[in-house]
Amino acid sequence: MSTLPETEADRAALAIALVQVDASLGGLHLRARSGPVRDSLVDIFGPALRLGPGASEDQIFGGLDVTETLAKGRTVERAGLLEGARAMVLTSAERLRPHLAARLSQALGATPLPVLALDEGIEEGEGIAPALSERLAFYADLDGLGLADIPGAAADEDDIIAARNALPRIALPEDAIAQIATMTVLMGISSARAGHYALRAARALAALDGAQAADADHLAAAIALTCGHRATQIPQMEEPPEEEAPPPDTPEEPEEAPDEAASQQESDIPEELLLAAVMAQLPKDILSRMAQGNTRRASGSGAGAKRKGGARGRPLPARPGRLDGRTRLDLVATLRAAAPWQTMRRKAMPDAPAPIHVRPSDIHTKRYEDSAERLLIFTVDASGSAAMARLGEAKGAVELLLAEAYARRDHVALIAFRGAGADLMLPPTRSLVQTKRRLAGLPGGGGTPLASGLMAAEDLAEQARGRGMTPTIALITDGRANIGLDGQPGRAQAGADATKAARRIMAAGTAALVIDAGNRPTAELATLSTAMGAQYLALPRADAQRLSRAARAALDA
Amino acid sequence: MKQPFPFSAIVGQDEMKQAVILTAIDPSIGGVLVFGDRGTGKSTAVRALAALLPPIIAVENCPINAERHADCPDWAENVGKVTHEIPTPVVDLPLGATEDRVTGALDIEKALTQGQKAFQPGLLAKANRGYLYIDEVNLLEDHIVDLLLDVAQSGENVVERDGLSIRHAARFVLVGSGNPEEGELRPQLLDRFGLSVDVASPTDIEERIEVIRRRDAYENDNSAFMLRWQAEDAAIRDRIIGARAALKKLSATDAVLRDISQLCLTLGADGLRGELTLLKAARAFAAYRDDTALARVHMRAVAAMALRHRLRRDPLDEAGTGTRVMRVVEEVLA
Repeated sequence: MSTLPETEADRAALAIALVQVDASLGGLHLRARSGPVRDSLVDIFGPALRLGPGASEDQIFGGLDVTETLAKGRTVERAGLLEGARAMVLTSAERLRPHLAARLSQALGATPLPVLALDEGIEEGEGIAPALSERLAFYADLDGLGLADIPGAAADEDDIIAARNALPRIALPEDAIAQIATMTVLMGISSARAGHYALRAARALAALDGAQAADADHLAAAIALTCGHRATQIPQMEEPPEEEAPPPDTPEEPEEAPDEAASQQESDIPEELLLAAVMAQLPKDILSRMAQGNTRRASGSGAGAKRKGGARGRPLPARPGRLDGRTRLDLVATLRAAAPWQTMRRKAMPDAPAPIHVRPSDIHTKRYEDSAERLLIFTVDASGSAAMARLGEAKGAVELLLAEAYARRDHVALIAFRGAGADLMLPPTRSLVQTKRRLAGLPGGGGTPLASGLMAAEDLAEQARGRGMTPTIALITDGRANIGLDGQPGRAQAGADATKAARRIMAAGTAALVIDAGNRPTAELATLSTAMGAQYLALPRADAQRLSRAARAALDA
Repeated sequence: MKQPFPFSAIVGQDEMKQAVILTAIDPSIGGVLVFGDRGTGKSTAVRALAALLPPIIAVENCPINAERHADCPDWAENVGKVTHEIPTPVVDLPLGATEDRVTGALDIEKALTQGQKAFQPGLLAKANRGYLYIDEVNLLEDHIVDLLLDVAQSGENVVERDGLSIRHAARFVLVGSGNPEEGELRPQLLDRFGLSVDVASPTDIEERIEVIRRRDAYENDNSAFMLRWQAEDAAIRDRIIGARAALKKLSATDAVLRDISQLCLTLGADGLRGELTLLKAARAFAAYRDDTALARVHMRAVAAMALRHRLRRDPLDEAGTGTRVMRVVEEVLA
């Protein structure tokens, strides 16, 4: 086990074994749709408390047990599910409310227990709350694995128990901590937890191996497992090493990983060799994802405040309230509030026939969480010569809107289309901080694939509607489509495709706005906006201020 | 439950440590807000604060830690006869705490068994004369935020329910930590914090090594590690006690007040609170350094943390607000 298993599923199985050896590694964030590979990993994880996103905080953390309290005449607390749990599986973890995720991670911080978080998020920007993923040392993505990849357990129960007992005595190479720290800096990881996990994982790997001390391979494997998915940049050595170390972007085969240090107390392997070993052990897709700038940061859908509605959405804890015809009585909560007062009220009104004395102040109403947030999808033409300026102004408009978003509960997303297709530059967000970071560099130039841009915008709009948001599309362009949906140039086909995409937006009933940023308004755009059912606005030389005003007006229309 | 990570063992993060120390010297500065990515040691620093605070004198068993018998609330029972030293309270306000738990509510056990109306104090009573710490402050439920703003404004907690009518003093310093990327904070709540700092992980490799090493020692060799750093913590605490005494001797000259007004005016920082905080923070900083007079050097050192969260946000300004404050500081205090 001196090198990591080949497939992602086997790595996940290894990660599970490591967490079972050392619970303070938190757990495994497993991104996968339901299927046989995932099921087998859940089996390997073993018996555990299962929590779905619908679990209420009372259930998880415990609370007052009303029946018992009334019967016994003294306060009886009901233990929550967390109490006494030895391990936990979170199903549909991507739907866990950020609030609950934060509370869970606080609880896990106090008493560590192995967690398997099953994340079924599909779209980029969907995923588990960062408060939780931060506390899980490991991550695996089972995308594209099939029946052939079903993993076996990485270690049996006896091995795990033996490793757990050996853990406190595992020695580390002299420079292990320095190596880990260097790697986390090279990978651009800001969290101090990553290095901490790497250290513990190296010890656990050595313990599973039955070794007395962690060697260089354990270290490389541990860094790959705990830090790979956290990396925000491809590690590059400052200066190319002079000896014949392989350059980091062409990792050598794991078999050739340096083993000269394998059995020494002091690994003392040169940094570039460790780097190469780590790189060789990173899953391939991580490298490509890093090349794109690692956009797998879950933002969660709940970064903003929610409207506490009284009609639909997820149930929230009941609150004292009045029944005003729009709210619904929460009978249990009301009785719970009235219970403690019964003895007293009966004393005060001994002749009252009522078996239970309920006063207006006991009334609790049901509350539901209902995202009534609006989402403004900027769809920006990044083609041609004016692209940079237009994108710059669109960026400014996005930030202006977000700056006022706090009061308005609006989210903003940005799609840029150019060349052969459209890219989601900014998933729906309300965070100005995050936006600034994401929009720092946007490319420009190339053809105008208008249809792709509109299709991407409507896809995003439908996703947002699924979360209960109200989307509006704002298209900013100055010209005519000249790239079709298939990425091929050709005005006629491109125009037809764009009209088709526009009709889809119309059919879906998504509110839209077309901003013509060209120097002379074009008739085609006016026609297109009619097909879209959108407002048409000619804003030659639009600047950020005017764009955000126009978008604001469209939102409020 | 292990003792919190020692304050003095935190690597780097000078601005954060500075802010925590200043608020310990002069609690009327009004607490600290620590913002930054996950895993940068925000909570660690705040939890370590408790060990730095000098003890307070309080009546035995008083639910609101009152200093004199006259200040103990009349609903309190079993209040002792004597006063004694207790550690300054640092109370955690966990996410998902109910309103009842925060403000206090009917004592259910007494009500059921004896039919008596008695008040069971909540977190606000516990935090009186101390600190209230909110981790993930930007995820706090809106109605709890409203409640906190209310109490922080009046210094008093009022509970009215079904014939139960309770008032008690609730003066506490708010300390919070959070990650702004996961939700913005209401300006009204931002304003309640005296100082704010942004933290990031050290990019220096030596510092990173030290972070991992100390955390590992804290977990694997706890007693030796704590022993080693408790002495350091005690040294900082003594300096804080010394600085508290020195505060009284530092008066603000007209020139200092003019500088402060000019700074806030140029920055467009909202309200008087900014000026007051800047003055108090500069004074605490001077006291900590054992300087005998307030000067521009002290203002410079604390301007960013006292003002950065009070500026109107200019979304098109690429620089962070802290940078903007420092630019103006260079102009005004040139």
